[in-house]
Formats: sequence, C-alpha cells, structure tokens
Amino acid sequence: MASGTTTPPVLHGPTAKEKKYDRQLRLWAASGQAALEEAHLLLVNLGSGVVGVETLKNLVLPGIGQYTILDSATVKEEDLGVNFFLDESSLGNSRGQATCKFLQELNPDVKGHFIAESVEGFISKPQSLKAYSLILVSAPIDPSILSQIQQHATETFVPLFYIHSLGFYAHFSLQLPHTWPIVDTHPDPVSTTDLRLLKPWPELLAFVKGKSAGLDDMNAHDHGHVPYLVLLLYYLEEWKKEHEGKVPSVYKEKNEFRDIVRKGMRSDNAEGGEENFEEAIAAVLKSLNEPTPTSAVKEVFNAEECKNITKDCPNFWIIASAISTFHANTSLLPLPGSLPDMKAQSSDYITLQNLYKSKARADIASVLSTVRSLEKELNRQTSIEESEVEAFCKNAGHIKLIRGRPFHVAKTGEKITWGDRAKTMVNALTDEGSLVLLYIGFLAWDLFCGGDAEKVPGTHDADGDATTLTQTARGIIAKLLTEADKELEEEELETVHEKVGQICQELARAGGAELHNISALTGGLVAQEVIKAITKQYIPVDNTCLFDGVRSVSSVLKI
Amino acid sequence: MERVEVAAAPNGVANSRQRWKYLDKMLTRSGPFSDPDTNFGDPVIQILESRKILVIGAGGLGCEILKNLALSGFKDIHVIDMDTIDVSNLNRQFLFRQADVGRPKAEVAAEFVENRVKGVKITPYCGKIQDKDDDYYRQFHIVVCGLDSIEARRWINATLVGLVDDNADSLKPLIDGGTEGFKGQAKVILPTLTSCIECQLDMHAPRPAVPLCTLATIPRQPQHCIEWAHIMAWEEERKDDILDTDDPEHITWLYQKALKRAQEFNISGVTYSMTQGVVKNIIPAIASTNAIVAASCCNEAFKIVTSTNPFLGDGNNYMMYTGDDSVYTYTWEHLKLDDCPVCGNLAKELEVGRDATLEELVAGFADRPDSQLKKPSIRSEAKSLYIQFPPGLEEATRPNLSKKLSELVEDGEEIAVTDPAFQIAFKYKIKFTS
Ligand SMILES: [Zn+2]
Repeated sequence: MASGTTTPPVLHGPTAKEKKYDRQLRLWAASGQAALEEAHLLLVNLGSGVVGVETLKNLVLPGIGQYTILDSATVKEEDLGVNFFLDESSLGNSRGQATCKFLQELNPDVKGHFIAESVEGFISKPQSLKAYSLILVSAPIDPSILSQIQQHATETFVPLFYIHSLGFYAHFSLQLPHTWPIVDTHPDPVSTTDLRLLKPWPELLAFVKGKSAGLDDMNAHDHGHVPYLVLLLYYLEEWKKEHEGKVPSVYKEKNEFRDIVRKGMRSDNAEGGEENFEEAIAAVLKSLNEPTPTSAVKEVFNAEECKNITKDCPNFWIIASAISTFHANTSLLPLPGSLPDMKAQSSDYITLQNLYKSKARADIASVLSTVRSLEKELNRQTSIEESEVEAFCKNAGHIKLIRGRPFHVAKTGEKITWGDRAKTMVNALTDEGSLVLLYIGFLAWDLFCGGDAEKVPGTHDADGDATTLTQTARGIIAKLLTEADKELEEEELETVHEKVGQICQELARAGGAELHNISALTGGLVAQEVIKAITKQYIPVDNTCLFDGVRSVSSVLKI
Repeated sequence: MERVEVAAAPNGVANSRQRWKYLDKMLTRSGPFSDPDTNFGDPVIQILESRKILVIGAGGLGCEILKNLALSGFKDIHVIDMDTIDVSNLNRQFLFRQADVGRPKAEVAAEFVENRVKGVKITPYCGKIQDKDDDYYRQFHIVVCGLDSIEARRWINATLVGLVDDNADSLKPLIDGGTEGFKGQAKVILPTLTSCIECQLDMHAPRPAVPLCTLATIPRQPQHCIEWAHIMAWEEERKDDILDTDDPEHITWLYQKALKRAQEFNISGVTYSMTQGVVKNIIPAIASTNAIVAASCCNEAFKIVTSTNPFLGDGNNYMMYTGDDSVYTYTWEHLKLDDCPVCGNLAKELEVGRDATLEELVAGFADRPDSQLKKPSIRSEAKSLYIQFPPGLEEATRPNLSKKLSELVEDGEEIAVTDPAFQIAFKYKIKFTS
C-alpha cells in the first residue's frame, strides 16, 4: 500500500515549454494547456476595435492554438491613440493585418490569421464560421448578422461572446451551449475536505480505537501527537454512548461536544495547550455535518440528461448517472480521499492518509462498475477511461452544470423579451448592487445605432442623443415591467428613470469611444472566460457581466 | 519590421489631437458624475500631459501599467525595477521577447512602449526603490505600484506618508495593484488621509510557517520534505555554496534530497515543479488577471489626474477581484487606523503576558499579521531593550532577552520598534494581559 518500494521517477528538468508556461500550468495543468493549444478563435472586430485585440493579447500570451481576426477597417490616426497593437507603420493598412502581426510577435507558438473582409461578405459564404471553436464579437454589429452568428453558435455548440466597451462602461454576454457541465471547478481546497466523521467505516474506527487506547494515561509526547481526526472520532464514540447512539447535530450540542474535547486537552505544559487538541476544537463546527450534496450537484442528478442517458451521450452523463446511483444507495458522494495536514507522527498520518485513499479507491471501483454496466446496457462503442471516472469521483461534490442561454439581440421593431428572468430582472432594477440598468443602457445603445458605427450615440450631439437614448431605455424598462406583470412605486420608478438617464448620458458622452483602460480591463475579463470555456475548468460567467469604471464595480446577471 | 523613427505622421497631424480623438471625448465633455469644477478641454489636457507619474515594478502588472498609462495620454512616465527578464516571464509580460532574456526589465519595457506609442517619454531606473531619496519621489504626482513584494510596498508607502507636509502638492496618491492566480486587488491610497498599506497589512498575512520540529522529525506532506531539504539539508551538506533558486542544478539537488526523504517516510507527491514552487515561493500568474488589475489601477490614475469621473479614494478605496468562480468584485472602504504605525497618530495597543520574555516578544513581531517585522530592535521610553545592529549593541542588550517583560517595561508604556527593512519606527503601547 505504501509507496516506499516504488522506484523513483526518472529525473529530468522541465521542458522549455514547461518553463515558459510554468506560472499558468500551476493553475490549469497540462490538460488545460492542451485544450488551449487545440483552440481556434475568431474575433469579429468592429467599432474602434480595441477590446477584442486586448482580449487576444491575453490569449496569445498563454499559448492559444490559433486566432483569426476578421476586420475590414483601415488603420487611421486615431487608432494609434487607443490600440497598442498598431504603430506609425500601420497607418493606411488593413487593421486586421496590422493587429494580427503585432499580436503574433507575442508568442511564436501561436498561429495568427486575418481576414480583411466585411463581416457581411464573410458571413454570406457557406461554412465560413465552421473552422472556429469559439467566437468573439465586439459591438457595434448589424443585429441581423449578430443573429446569424448566434444561430450558428447555438447549432454547432460553439461558445459565443458579445462585447461592448464604451467610455467608462463595459459589458459582455457569454452564450454557452445549452448543456455545459464542468467537473474540474477548482473549488477552494478547504471546502473539498470530506472526512466522513459522521459515517466512519470499520477500518477507520479500528485505527481510532488503537490510537486512542489509554488516551488519559499517555505520556505528554504521545498525547500531543494523537491526530485530531482520531480525537474527534474517539470523543464522538463517547458522546454516542450517552446520547442513544446519536451524534451532536444542533449548534448547542456541537458546542457542548466542543467543550468535552477542550476538557481533554492538557494545559499543564510550557505551551499551555496542545496543538492537536486545538485543531480538533477548531474543526468541530465545520466537520460534524451530514454530507449533503450542494444544489449544484442535485441539479446535475435531476437533469433530464442524467435521468435518460443514451448510447451516444457525453461521458459526463454516464458517470453522473453512476454517481447518482451511488448516492441513492449510500446517501454519500464518493470520498475525495484527500486528508488535510494535521499534527501527527509521520507514520500515523501516512496510515490515516492511506485509509482515506483506499476508501476513495473502493468508492471509485463501485462507481466504475456501475459505469461499465451502464455502458454494456446502452451498447456504447468505447468505454470511458478509468482516469476520467476517478477525476469525476474526486470532485463529485463540486461538479456544476450551466445551461447556456442566448443573449438579447436588440433589433428595431422587435420587442426585447426576458422570459423566465423577467421577475428577477424587475427586482434587480431597484437593487443597488445590480448593474441591470447599465445592461439596459447597452441594449438602448444597440437600438440607437442599429450596428452602424457612424451613427453611435454622441457622435456629434452628446446631449441630444442622451435624451433619445434615455427614452429608448425607459421604453425597455416599461416593457420589462409589463412582461413581468409588475409595477414599481412611483418614487422607485422615478429613481430608476433618473439612474438610467445618467447611464445614457455617460454612454452618449463616450460617442462610441473606447478608453484604453476599460478595454484592457474588459479584455482581461473576457480572456479569462474564454480560458474557462476552452479548458472546461473553473466556473464561467452565467451569462452576462457588466463593469462600471466610474465606480469600479462589476455585476453578473443571468439574462 | 520597418519603423518610422521621426514622429512624422503622413497626414501631418502628429501634433494635432486627431490621434487622441477617442480619449478627447472624455477630456472635452462633462458627464453626469464628473466634478462640476473640472475645466474640460485644453486645461484638462494640459494637466494630463504635464503630470509626472512613477511606475514601480516592470513585471506582469508593470508591463500592462506602462502600456495603459501611455495610451491614457500621460507623457512623462518613470519606471523602477531591479529584476532582469526570465523565460518564465514570457507568458504574461508582453513587452519582452525570448531575445530579451537576461536584460533589465525596466529598460526593455521603457524602450518598447516609447517605440510603440510616439510622443511618450519613459525614463527607466534599473535598481531598488530604496536607492532613491525623498527628493526623487517628491518630483512625481502619482505613484502606481505593481509589485509582488509586501516589503517594497510598505517601504514606498512609508516614504510617501513621510513626504506629506502643509503643501498640497506633497500628497502623492499611491495606487497599488496585486494579483495571485485568478485573484487580485486594486486600491487607492491618499497618504495620511485614507487607509494606507500599513493599515491594511493584516489583509496580506503571511502563510504560517511549518514548525521546524515538523520538518526535522515528523514530516507528513511532500512540502515538508522539500522545506527540510531547503532549510536543513542544504545548510548541512552544502553550506559553502550560496543557494541560487534560479540554478537548475541547485533545484535538482534539493528535489532529489526531498524525494529521498519522502521515500523514507512513505510520503508521495514530491515533484520537480513542486520543489521549485516551494523553494522560490512561486505564485501562479496569468496575463488576464494582470490586465484586469493593472487597468483598474490606471483607470483610477486617469480619473484622479483628469477629474473626468469620481475616483476610488474618496469613500470606497479598495476593489477586490476574484475570477475563478464567475466574476466577482467587491468595492469598499478600508478604514484608516488611528493607531496605524505609519499614518496614524496613536500607538498601537500590544497585548502581552506579564511573564512573557523579551525574546518571545521579539520573535512574535515576525508572525503577527499586523507587524511582520523580521529583525526588530526595541526601545522603551527609558532605554534600549534589544538592538540588533551594530553587533556591539546587540551583545550589550542580549541579556535582556531572557528577562520577563514586566521587569523591563511598565503597563501602558510605549515602545518603539525599528526594522532595517523600514525607515520608520513602529509605536506600540504595552498592555499586560495577566
Ligand atoms: Zn496607515
């Protein structure tokens, strides 16, 4: 069981690539990096075109496979005051070509392409979007073209981003495929600790019995090195004897239990206490909980895809179904098998660690056997790798399912509808922490110019356009209230109108201008979400993010 | 790649504002939240172009900050960094190329941005911030920090607080950014007016060190074995070599030692990458988080100088950012501490046991999240209790170390603590707990 007899791994230093990417491999590992290197991104670069290029910068650096910039603009003097990936030599040339070249210089491992064609022309060709694994669009764009891209993304399960960066404000919406499960969510290590203290298994109890025998008579050294986990299980058994076999469940009982543990600590020493007991005391409240699956995990178990697995469904659902069976049978999730560090003798700790590891392996074996019988039942062609089942089991408590939703495409003459989100959005209207009014401002902005960069609010008359924009935004709010069948009190509505009016003034003030700082910041946010979408690690924005650079606040809305 | 060296734009608009058409929307138009006293147009543009701004750090954040400030219309930028370029910087420090490895960061970064953005002047200094005196720092209007060292932050913070006098120009806003993986923070400090780095020190609490006895006798984690190799085995077996954490031979040696020890204790998981991470205290870093935090800092610098919109510092002064689970920011006001040793005027209360020794107090200053002083010297109102430098004084005050605190100071007495890393004295008021 111990690894003492295995031969040491062959010694070799890191490869050149591992050295270059060291700081990011510590986050998304080789598997995430491989996924990045497989990806091919399309940037539909419109408007003043900075935010998309800044996004690409943050993706070329970590080594995305390929990118293509679709941009028909010619580099003008004003581009040089806002876009870092252009210089004097680019003036008069294709902006797509020039930005592509300067971005490419950042990383020789990345392949950059450009298409200096209008988006209308490009998209009218059949299959033109087929090559790309992810698409970014920066406003302003003709709404009918945006709809076409959106439809393509929906049908081919390609993640699509729609981005605005205007003055001090920014927005992006992320449309993920309808079913977007994530296994490797990278939860906080503290929250993944599952010690199963309330459901110990016989081998663990046997170890506890051995280690805690004669606790009161132990010498100082031994007493101070009983692992806290053993202490907790020992005192729990004592507690159960006096409480009809029940464990402390409510806060008051846990407090009482904690006092019992505290009384066991010896304080007649130089330190005035014992570290292992301190650790036990500190762990009482957080470790004595029935392990119940989070709502995110239940959502996966209850998903149609989990209940009705098919011959061709993704591996995720087969494993999720097997784990859901495991949970139905045991009311437990597979044990992650990791053990936090604790004051203990090396050998005791290693034994304990191995007890947890073998239990985890047993759980994985049980899930795996269910997976195999499901595969057989469904007549699936290839069997799922054991390592995939293992990784899933280790993170079973933290899996997540996101339901991708299409974002709004604001078109003149077409009503903006909110569906099942209408009521929530109405509540958000008066919520200080929400930036839904800024989102509505951006919808109004799209309606105002209809995707025409020459007609954006504030091009000439900031004040006049702000008034029109405000009216449009108020109209969107009125229709939202009607759809949700809700009303605001007069005073509330006045405040909402005043606030959205200010947002519209600030949007019109920008006159379509990007501020480099805001586009750089938004480019950071979007790139981070692209990395999550490509690596299928960490949890992406669901599904709209807003940034207000006036107050330095952000907000995420599910639209 | 050809470059036109002379600032001669083909259409002769190099000196017109055409290049700044977008920026000028914000510099010439007022907004609903902008300061009513702002003189939009030429006056604001003049101010922006004449303000001297200092950037500390030319690493992941620094590269972004230099680019952002140049494209925010700043014309006179200085940058300090003591490091040279390493290959592992290239995944995010986008002003550097493979061919630049080994060159000073400040110099390469300044050269690159000056070449790319015509009309901006960037003056590099390749060295330590501590090399420069008050007169040097007095010339700037704003300081933007993109550092990974808490000690350097504390040093510049104390320096800027020290510069403040009756003259309004003596107050230099300090904008500080920091990142770790998908997390980061950006904050604005108005020295003496709002919460400073020292007030916020407990937000940068160091990771608790593993006790030496664990390393020596009861290792349980692969990291314990690596720390053992790093701290103990090296000292024992190679004490004549100075450990260079950038030398692959040294890291390989530590890795092999750690691996062997791990096998003795049946501990698994020691890898080369982990060895490097533990020994060099590597913090994961990516381009996107740097972009977010640096841009937030520069957005605040731009607003402070141009008054085009309200800035952090007046009320809310701190933005925390987390990007691993969706996108989350928390913007709030970190309150100034009256007993801050740098910017407050009250001595900080220090609870100590009457029977604790001076030695315990000295050791405690390194661990306390709100002090983090590694080589403290301590004076009471009446006498020197323990002075670490020069050696003569150390020897003379050493006998005090084993004495009880109650023999050395009164309850309620003030002590002054100094540390070679900082140029100020930290004031504490002793309060006996028992
Ligand atoms: Zn302070």
